[in-house]
Parts: sequence; C-alpha cells; structure tokens
Amino acid sequence: MTTYYNCVDLGKFASMGEEAPELWDAYMNYYGKVFEDGALTAREKSLIALAVAAAVQCPYCIDAYTTGGLEKGITEEEMTEAIHVANAIRGGASLVHGVQMKNIVKNLEL
Amino acid sequence: MQIVGNAQGSAFAERAGEKFGQTTDQLETLQINVGLKCNLSCKHCHVQAGPTRTESMGREVMQACLDVIDAYGFTTLDITGGAPEMNPHLEWLLVEAAQRDITVMLRCNLVILSFPEYAHFAELYARHGVQIVASLPHYVQKNSEAQRGSGTYAPGIEILQKLNSLGYGEGDGLVLNLVYNPGGAFLPSSQDQLEREYKKRLHDQFGIGFDNLFAITNNPLGRFAEALAAKGTLQAYRDKLAAAFNPATLPAMMCRNQLSVDHEGLCYDCDFNQAAQQPCLDGRTIFDYRDAALAAASGDMPGLRRRINFGDHCFACCAGSGSSCGGATAGE
Repeated sequence: MTTYYNCVDLGKFASMGEEAPELWDAYMNYYGKVFEDGALTAREKSLIALAVAAAVQCPYCIDAYTTGGLEKGITEEEMTEAIHVANAIRGGASLVHGVQMKNIVKNLEL
Repeated sequence: MQIVGNAQGSAFAERAGEKFGQTTDQLETLQINVGLKCNLSCKHCHVQAGPTRTESMGREVMQACLDVIDAYGFTTLDITGGAPEMNPHLEWLLVEAAQRDITVMLRCNLVILSFPEYAHFAELYARHGVQIVASLPHYVQKNSEAQRGSGTYAPGIEILQKLNSLGYGEGDGLVLNLVYNPGGAFLPSSQDQLEREYKKRLHDQFGIGFDNLFAITNNPLGRFAEALAAKGTLQAYRDKLAAAFNPATLPAMMCRNQLSVDHEGLCYDCDFNQAAQQPCLDGRTIFDYRDAALAAASGDMPGLRRRINFGDHCFACCAGSGSSCGGATAGE
C-alpha cells in the first residue's frame, strides 16, 4: 500500500460486511431507503449527498455522487451550486464560531 | 461480406445463456436503416452518421421490406438512419406503409425539420400517424449541444413546439417520444425519474409536451467508441457495462423480437450490430426473406426464429435497467 486513498477501494466497500454482516445489512437497508423517492426526490437527495461528500471530503463519495448525478441527468452547473452550498455552510460555520471568540474577548478584556 | 462475431464465443453470449440466445418465433418489429447521411454528427452516434455519408436505401430494398412485413406479419416498422428525411424515397415509403395496418415509427433528430426542404415532413408524419422518436440528449442546452453540436438546441425546441401544434405528444393518438442519451461514459439512471424531469423542465420552460422518454445507454461503437478511446476511457466504460450486467433485462432484449435491415438489404439482429458490421449468423438479406415467403406454399411460411449474433457490445443493452430502441427493458 503506497497511498491511503485508491479509487478501486470504493468497489471493496462491501468487504466491511465480512466481520459484521448484520450491521452491514442493516446499514445498507437503511442506506437504500434513505435514497428512495420520498418527500424529497432521489434526484434532490443525490445533490445533498454530493454536497455532504464535499463537506466531509470523502473522495469515494464525491466519485459516487458525481457519477450518480450525471446518471440522473443532473448538470455540472447544478452540482457546482450544490458544492457552493456546502462551502457556504462550512465557511459560515467557521465564521459564526468567531462569535465565541468575541464573547471571550468581551469577557476577558476590560 | 465476411460474417463477424460468434454467438457462442463472446463473454456476453456466455452470460446470456442458451435460453436467450435465440429470437422469439414471431417477430414484431422490422427496423430499417434507410441511410447514414445526416445533417448532424453527434458524438454518441454509433453508426457514425454525418453530412458526408452517402449510404442510402433504394426503393427496391424498401419494397422488399414492405413485402416481408406483409408476408410474415410484422406489426411495427421502425425507420432509422442517419436522418431518414435525407433519403429521397422516404415519402414514398411512408405513404406505402400507411396503407398497412402496422405501427410506423421514425427516429428523427428534429433539427432536420427546421430546414425548408425537409419542413413538410412534420405535416406528413402527422397525416399518416407516424410515431416520432426524437433525439434530445438533455433538456439543458449546454448538455444537449455537447453531444449534438452548437446551434442544435433552439431549432430542436422549435420543432417540438411545432409537433405539439400538430397534435403530437398530447396523449390523443399522435405519439411523440423523446430519447435521452448520457453525455459520456456513464449509464442512464431511472428512466421514470428522467422522464419526470424532462416533462417538468420542457413544459415549464417551453410549454412542450411529449408521451414517453426512452433512456438509451450509449453503445461503445462507432463515433462514441472513438471519443472514449481518445480520452482513454473506452475499456473502463466497457468494464462498467459488463459489471452492471442485469439478467432481468435478457427476456426483453430488442434483438429477440426484431429484424434489422441495412441500406443494402443485409439483415442484422439490431442497429448496433450494423455498426459493428456483424450481420445475422445466417447471412440472409431481406430479399432472401421475401423470396422464401414467395416460394412457400400458403400456410406453410418459413419460421423467423434465428440464433442471435452476440458480441460484447451487447452488454450495453443489458446493463442496469437495460436499454433498447424503446428505452429501459427491466422494471424499476
């Protein structure tokens, strides 16, 4: 093993069920249900998944949900906007924590 | 022509098995490719149609196709190309076909109908009840034109609106179906989901209605194969198709229920086999079928069942939800 990340490892995902088949099956059953059409469409859920994948910086998920998005007819423009949503929230989360800094400054300074 | 392919030898043939290696006894569809000349040069075109192609079906072959429809009881004539409108005998063929109790469908790129010399075909199709299967690879201009070329989207939309004004796509008899092709080395997703999206977008933005969306998997042949090879993704795409093999698609493979004829009259199992230059294993032409029917005593017609000449490109029809000229073949 020369790198931590390898694209072929995505195809080995199911090996995580080898030592814990019940947990794996339960997870996959849940996973499948999550992405079915519901109050949100499968298409909308796919875009959310891509945004989350970018936020958690999972290369496997980005690969899977970019390919899956294309398969669903989602455009590059739509996927780009989804990534910006992730970025805005992620950046905003850092920024809003600045309020904590300001609270502490206010508390400590005379 | 030397017959290429091996019904037993391909990896696909092994996966398909003996049961699905033959057609049904009675075939429904006679699909004819009336020529490879086309006003467009789409990147996903498996037959590499384009403005410089000269192959064109003559009236003698067309007449033999009609004779075979009559003799063997085919119920659907499926006309493809190229742009079928660029065949000088198309109008004659449509008038002749309309006199028969069969479904006539024609694969149209829409843009051709925006040229003055071909514009009359829209009314002709409506008058003869021709089902239109129109290529629109995506409802977004950028994605559609990435496959079909710049300047193709707007005229296509205008022609769809014209077809609607003629009564197409409104659920009252004149059938307008659209075709989605993935814009690269990936499979189409749920046909139902794509259809919902197409219907919403085209209706909301342009007031366009249509009947059904056919999601067709790109076959790694012809121009599409060349494009993938240039990007170095051809083998990966072939592997993806094979990995997505779905046995549930086998019973409804289009080749099991049709006969495909090229511009010279040579018979194939499907249009993809035409692109692969892989004729039917028996090497028959449409004239052979016609002559066999003429020679047969009444009530003793020769059968249509034949062994299918599979190749590994056939994985494209059996990946995921399956694919055919009528879209997905496995339920979702």
